Amino acid sequence: MVQVHMTVNGEPVTADVEPRLLLVHFVRQTLGLTGTHWGCDTSNCGTCVLWLDGVPVKSCTVLTVMADGHAVRTVEDLERGGRLDPVQQGFMEEHGLQCGFCTPGMMLTARWLLDRNPDPTEAEIREAISGQICRCTGYENIVRAIRWAAAHPHAVEVPS
Amino acid sequence: MRVPAAFEYERAESVPHALALLARHGSEARVVAGGHSLLPMMKLRLAQPACLIDINGLTGLSYIREEAGQLRLGAMTRHAELLASALAARHFPLLGDAERVIADPIVRNRGTIGGSLCQADPAEDLSAAFAAAKALAVIEGGGGIRTVPIAEFHRGPYETAVAPDELLTEVRLPIRPGAGSAYEKVERRVGDWAIAAVGAVVWLEGDVVQDVGIGLAAVGAPHFHAAEAEAALRGRAPDAAAIAAAAALAAEHARPTADQRGPVDYKRHLVGELTGRALRRAVARARGREG
Ligand SMILES: Cc1cc2nc3c(=O)[nH]c(=O)nc-3n(C[C@H](O)[C@H](O)[C@H](O)COP(=O)(O)OP(=O)(O)OC[C@H]3O[C@@H](n4cnc5c(N)ncnc54)[C@H](O)[C@@H]3O)c2cc1C
Ligand code: FES
Ligand code: FES
Repeated sequence: MVQVHMTVNGEPVTADVEPRLLLVHFVRQTLGLTGTHWGCDTSNCGTCVLWLDGVPVKSCTVLTVMADGHAVRTVEDLERGGRLDPVQQGFMEEHGLQCGFCTPGMMLTARWLLDRNPDPTEAEIREAISGQICRCTGYENIVRAIRWAAAHPHAVEVPS
Repeated sequence: MRVPAAFEYERAESVPHALALLARHGSEARVVAGGHSLLPMMKLRLAQPACLIDINGLTGLSYIREEAGQLRLGAMTRHAELLASALAARHFPLLGDAERVIADPIVRNRGTIGGSLCQADPAEDLSAAFAAAKALAVIEGGGGIRTVPIAEFHRGPYETAVAPDELLTEVRLPIRPGAGSAYEKVERRVGDWAIAAVGAVVWLEGDVVQDVGIGLAAVGAPHFHAAEAEAALRGRAPDAAAIAAAAALAAEHARPTADQRGPVDYKRHLVGELTGRALRRAVARARGREG
């Protein structure tokens, strides 16, 4: 076992983990943050996306020990103080989800995109989410949801 | 649930520390960079290292700079960083062409240049791009630092010149006048590995191809390299006939195999078509006209 220290959604976390424990399972099972989903297990679908030091990564392909000393942000952190992130509002307004399985990863990538590019074109949105698979929506409403968030940036919180 | 076999975990604090760890743990140890090739293989138990040496802390190996007439890329540079680099784009636009179509943006946030090259998957795009650019690989080990031409780096599929107790630390691309470059890839869908891909770099002197590099990915070219096509173009004017002749040679000498991405004749056809496209764009860029 290896002891790891990291922040998860701003809170310090310390745990003893096996080196082979993947970050997606640490977050879901050890920490109980089941908003991060676990799907293909092959770095293809993107439902396991979370932020590592402010950058989206596929957490089924990152070891928990690799996050030692770093900052993790999961979908649970999008809503703050009872206020939804505009991306979350956008997914509601534009029906950006059906089953919701891909949604946590989609929203975290969308937030990252908008932080760097507040007014993305449709092509830029499609490129940003191109490593993530949605089996329900046909992507149209996801793109609309992210456009909605871009047009309503008032509640945007840029994480430090 | 796919879980790697158990292993011991070490974190390298510096290059010498990484080399000491590699020496201590022997051939059962593997370094892990972005982990986006190695961890999937460990999850499938195709790789079962007894010890994993994490080099993500070696931030000193993450850089893109121009030095001594070379574009130098640190091994820990992430794909996303290379894609975003204006310096790399200015000297070798084929790097940006290639990076745009390597995996997807999220994988590119994590995968590294060094990991790409060391994985030596026959479809690795950067291996073909670096072959075209006639790059040099800088390898460090207990015995010191050595520089290996890219044409000698890949020993075969998944096999490189890097010994188990060595690290790839840098890739160097010589900057020469009159250069233009381009990378062309056909994949089944966004983010997939190539069905076939071709990188080309030309160095023009007046209207003559003073030198040329052509790299092929995913089609069985030894060392990712289309030597015959290069030889046919060198010293000639890059007109339509010369480019067509080079493209035909690249297709003839490629050794693609049939798989779920397509049959042999289709892949061979792609090699010819993509070699022509890459050369035409490289020449246009060398002449200051975006192709
Ligand atoms: C879904 C998906 C799609 C992909 N599509 C493409 C694609 O279209 N084109 C493409 O080219 N690639 C593709 N890749 C591969 C991607 O580029 C990999 O991330 C990259 O090739 C490996 O980099 P890494 O840093 O993750 O390496 P790792 O997985 O960490 O390491 C790979 C190998 O290299 C060794 N290694 C790593 N760094 C060093 C070093 N500095 N010195 C010595 N040995 C080292 C490791 O021991 C290991 O054997 C894809 C990957 C995924 C997951
Ligand atoms: S579960 Fe990680 S990419 Fe699908
Ligand atoms: S909403 Fe069902 S997978 Fe995207």
